[in-house]
Amino acid sequence: MAAASSRAAGSLDPFRIGLASGWKVIDASTLSQDLTLDADVVIVGTGAGGGTAAEILSDAGLLVVLIEEGPLATSSDFHMREAEAYSQLYQESSARKTKDKAINILQGRCVGGGTTVNWTSSFRTPAATLEHWAREFDLRGFGVADLEPWFARMEQRLGISPWLVAANENNSALRRGANVLGISSGEIQRNVKGCWNLGYCGMGCPTNAKQSMLVTTIPAALARGATLVTRARAWTIEHGNARATSVHCIGLDPGGTDPTARKITVHAPTFILSAGAIGSPALLIRSKAPDPHGTVGKRSFLHPTVVSAALMPDRVDGFAGAPQAIYSDHFLERPPDGPLGYKLEAPPLHPILVATTLPGHGVAHANWMRELAHMHVLIALMRDGFHARSPGGSVGLESDGSPVLDYRLDEFFWEGARRAFASMAEIQFAAGAKTVMSLHSTAASYSSWPAAKAGIAALALEPLQASVVSAHVMGGCPLGPDPKRAVIDPSGRHHHLENLYVFDGSLFPTSVGANPQLSIYGITAKLATELAVRLTPRRLG
Amino acid sequence: MPQVPNSHARKLPNKTRRTLLKAGIAGGVVLVLARWMVTSYSPRESAEGTRSALDPSARTIIAAIVPVLLEGAIPDVDTSVEARAEVVAGVDRAVAGLPPGSRKELEQLFALLSFAPTRCLLAGVWSSWPDASRESVAAFLASWRDSRFTLLVSGYGALHQLILAAWYGNARSWPAIGYPGPPSLEIG
Repeated sequence: MAAASSRAAGSLDPFRIGLASGWKVIDASTLSQDLTLDADVVIVGTGAGGGTAAEILSDAGLLVVLIEEGPLATSSDFHMREAEAYSQLYQESSARKTKDKAINILQGRCVGGGTTVNWTSSFRTPAATLEHWAREFDLRGFGVADLEPWFARMEQRLGISPWLVAANENNSALRRGANVLGISSGEIQRNVKGCWNLGYCGMGCPTNAKQSMLVTTIPAALARGATLVTRARAWTIEHGNARATSVHCIGLDPGGTDPTARKITVHAPTFILSAGAIGSPALLIRSKAPDPHGTVGKRSFLHPTVVSAALMPDRVDGFAGAPQAIYSDHFLERPPDGPLGYKLEAPPLHPILVATTLPGHGVAHANWMRELAHMHVLIALMRDGFHARSPGGSVGLESDGSPVLDYRLDEFFWEGARRAFASMAEIQFAAGAKTVMSLHSTAASYSSWPAAKAGIAALALEPLQASVVSAHVMGGCPLGPDPKRAVIDPSGRHHHLENLYVFDGSLFPTSVGANPQLSIYGITAKLATELAVRLTPRRLG
Repeated sequence: MPQVPNSHARKLPNKTRRTLLKAGIAGGVVLVLARWMVTSYSPRESAEGTRSALDPSARTIIAAIVPVLLEGAIPDVDTSVEARAEVVAGVDRAVAGLPPGSRKELEQLFALLSFAPTRCLLAGVWSSWPDASRESVAAFLASWRDSRFTLLVSGYGALHQLILAAWYGNARSWPAIGYPGPPSLEIG
């Protein structure tokens, strides 16, 4: 990479330049009075769905208002420090949990949503997933060939391409171990341009290399006159006669946690919910949107993820370099409606993320932390939602109206998790590990594959004993033609509110079986383009 | 290198209907007690003038837990006083950044731990927190971690997450774990 151009890229903050040029961005925590706005389209949420829709609808000449619960933070604010980033950019300071606290959910909450903090892994929706949706949910128009042009368009837009730099050791060891065992692996495509290979994608990209919504579609929409309101929580959608009429939001304090007295109301003829798979169903539930078949907020999926840590003889330095470069779908290559399959990946290894995920405390925990530079970690993302015994969770409301996801980890899940622990340990030993620990409250570690195999077979697997995490919240407003089973129709429109659409991860009828960002981009691009044509027939038709 | 023999792997007791019932009742009683003890919440101003989420008794509890939870990680010498204070402040900042519902839950947790009868009964810590021995704090942490009551396990989980994040988010902890810190963006 050329040093001069890199330095320039690092010192520029295009978003701040755009703000200086007059982009309309309102921080609701600073409002001294209530605010009412009118728009052609109001979009709740600025992540993969909201950002993609905002650009397409703005390009069609529509006046867009974007509502974001989180703060606006841009490259100048991204200092690669976990303590700062997790509290600033994530839901509930990155400690969001399921109702029983058994699963920790990493979910973005900032302008750009999850795309600002994700690890850049970009996969098209797997063919097996699309085929399952067609077969089981009667979903037409979402086949591999139907979506191909939309994925191609978004790959082009976001610089999604093969990552040609050598993978870091945390990822290389996955490939090495898999090769030894004859397990297939592949290279992950990433949405980056001019990436410095720093490894801090999860804390906001400091060099604007990651092609998140923050640096692509949202600036494009703002340049076309869209308005962005930050630190505003969409609370209810007002509706009547099968139509939504306005969205009522509450302002948040500068800390982003507590409501203020400020109200923000947006009137529009068209509404798009892109608040994520917890936020969008919660908004519909709070709004008492018609739900005659009780489908809203049901079938919520997480790719519940179990973790295996190993100690390698050589340095791994898992805190440096592109966090995700290698994956294995070997354990997904089976009928999706059978026992749980899982995708194997490697995560970034920064101190807080590792320390809070490792079990136990005191000297044993400290001993593992001291080996951070030699630590190798694999994660297994379980493909939930394809089997009758994998119904997912459900989104409900706490007494204060805030959302909570109830997701039960049952025997069906633990059977898959046990196989995943074993697969990861075997790969880690094959890659040269001296010690492997399945992340579980017993903190049992193994010095050989046979010992691990026996130990994992005997692990008491139940909620709060194994460390289970998720970075992919999906479902809750599933897409499908049958109103008895789906919240939105195949055009993305609510089955009972004719001018309300859902474009985000909540529209998936099952989990994706892959990191979901590109699935959200591609499907939103298709649905938002079709919507733009309907809303602007003279201009586009 | 950490090696925990498999024989030490804890065997969870069979959850018979009776123990489940007991757990349910105990959990319910604990929650009712905690809610009764926590009457109202309002952000507090700390000495530094920044918003403080933790009351003095919660800070005392965390200060007592930190040397045990972080044993082997936090320096066990004179300089540790400052490091421990930073961890308590880090936990306070983290709690302040949580949504009201989560703050309320943590307030209930700390109310249970500070109220002497529940401190003795649920945590097994018989002296006040500043006077609690390392052994009794260690026994408390282990008993909650290994409890069959999910309420206590999740309480342990909250302390685990808050305190470890506060320490390992602090640059003071990085040299011992070989983490160089974020790279510099300056070239040359």
